[in-house]
Amino acid sequence: MFLKRYLIPRLIQYVLVIVLGITAVFFIPRLLPNDPVLRTIAEMRARGAYLEPGAMDKIISDLQQMYGLEGSLWEQYLAFWGRLFRGDLGVSFFQFPTPVIDLIMTALPWTAGLLLTTTILGWVIGNLVGGFAGYYSNKQWSRVLDAIAMVVRPLPYYIFAFALLLIFAYYLRWFPISGGARLGMRPSWSWPFIQSVLWHSFLPAMSILVLSAAVWFQTMKLVVQNVNAESFVTYAKLSGVKEGRIVSRYVIRNALLPQITGLGLSLGLIFSGALITEIVYSYPGLGTLLYNAIINGDYNLIMGITVFSILAITTSVLIVDLIYPLFDPRIRYM
Amino acid sequence: MKLFRDLLRDYRFAFAFGVLCILVAFALLSFFSPYDPSRWGQVPRDLRPSAQHWLGTDSNGQDIFWTATFAVRNSLIIAVIAGVVSRIIAVIVGMVAGYKGGTWDRVLMFFSDSLLVIPLFLIIVMMAMLIRASLNLVTLGLLLAFFGWAWDARLIRSQILSLREREFTQTAILSGTGTFKLVMNEYMPYTTPLIFSTLINNMAWAIGLEITLAILGLLDLATPTLGTMLYWAINYQAILLGRWWWVMTPITLSVALFIALYWLSVSISEYLDPRTRVQRVGAG
Repeated sequence: MFLKRYLIPRLIQYVLVIVLGITAVFFIPRLLPNDPVLRTIAEMRARGAYLEPGAMDKIISDLQQMYGLEGSLWEQYLAFWGRLFRGDLGVSFFQFPTPVIDLIMTALPWTAGLLLTTTILGWVIGNLVGGFAGYYSNKQWSRVLDAIAMVVRPLPYYIFAFALLLIFAYYLRWFPISGGARLGMRPSWSWPFIQSVLWHSFLPAMSILVLSAAVWFQTMKLVVQNVNAESFVTYAKLSGVKEGRIVSRYVIRNALLPQITGLGLSLGLIFSGALITEIVYSYPGLGTLLYNAIINGDYNLIMGITVFSILAITTSVLIVDLIYPLFDPRIRYM
Repeated sequence: MKLFRDLLRDYRFAFAFGVLCILVAFALLSFFSPYDPSRWGQVPRDLRPSAQHWLGTDSNGQDIFWTATFAVRNSLIIAVIAGVVSRIIAVIVGMVAGYKGGTWDRVLMFFSDSLLVIPLFLIIVMMAMLIRASLNLVTLGLLLAFFGWAWDARLIRSQILSLREREFTQTAILSGTGTFKLVMNEYMPYTTPLIFSTLINNMAWAIGLEITLAILGLLDLATPTLGTMLYWAINYQAILLGRWWWVMTPITLSVALFIALYWLSVSISEYLDPRTRVQRVGAG
């Protein structure tokens, strides 16, 4: 039952979305009237990029392959997929001849570390605080938190990031203005390096954490205010169950399920926002890599990052969706 | 008018409406600007705020106050184009999916779900990169509109689904009303509030994405928008060099704009239906 009703349709959707996304990546450069290869090369020249003659030939053939300009459209499309399956995203132009996948893998730990911690912490904190604030919605502190959330909530991450940067890095000078670790430090598992990384990533993390916590806080508070009116809560109160226990055991738990679905749906947005936040702080993750790729007109790298992100996001959403039945006692198909 | 007076009683609506009026007035000031926004080096560079240059000047040699008036105007133009055009797509998709149902529904919803799951912003970056030369306020607005309808189409669809089950639909069909007329005359009045509140949210989204694309350097950087102002500030390391007034102006304006739009949409949708607040906030 579980397999047929839930898992298989979801997996089919997963594959279809990836195919659709990557097909879009393949076709977008073709929708345009001009030759993408010549265009890219002209753009690189216009930017004053110096290339050795050998490098130029390699790039032209690479571009032709990447844009799939060899053979018929269908063959090109299949070849494109073939390369993807081998994990081959082509070579970067601006750091020639480093393969795109290597650049992505260098930047990935930074982004993954930042995103995983902030998304999970933001979700947990937002839901816990929101749950209590919803239960005690008449208290003063609950109203204050609500007001803060109303102000912070609509801001994009990077706007908030700029505000934090101005206050805490420029004006108060508590945190560094940019970078991922102190200049010249080599990545290692030593304590000074970890300390430096944590210190540098504090503001970027706060930009994402506070905003996403505000989103979960608001939804959770509203849902809990509704759950409050349910008879099982009244029953628990009348039976003399401690308030803290009612909130954490009965109320929040019941309201948590839609929040899991919400988490899945918002992953894409969080990801996009985080990329720009990285640029604001010159944090050495995928966002900054993307920025450099755009500045240098490195189309291969942009395509690589896009393809990679499509895979990463859709897979994360799939994982969240597959975890969901484990939390919902009503869904037990197995 | 009565509706408006009722809404004004909500302090959030009153505040947001006031802020928006101020911002629009600010944008209209651009028509009286003594400077040409596309020309650089018209004033001395990097001056602090003073009586002569209220918000200082930037490293391009532009007066920040007057550049900002153009920036707000241009950002609002992009937002309105993106918002209105994507509303049209969202309404059509939502209504066809909701009313026709079946295969139409499944295919259209598959597309809108895909748009929600795929990190769209990267696809938009790729598009913007390729059509960069022809990106202006209108084409950017249309590009954003093309991608910005998915979530709202879903909301409209679910409303149509529930309207379709109402009795008046049966009555209308049995008395020979055509589909188009039914949708236009009977369904539109119900969905208008939803369309309007999603319009405001979508405008905020478009402004945010405009800023994103500009920070990445993908827009016409000679046209002042909130995003391009930030782009130049980042490009010249304004914070590192201590030119806070340069960063502060677009940031303050964007914060005011985002909060005003959000409060407007929250107060309107709460006024129209207290329950929609749960749904809308859930949108992430």
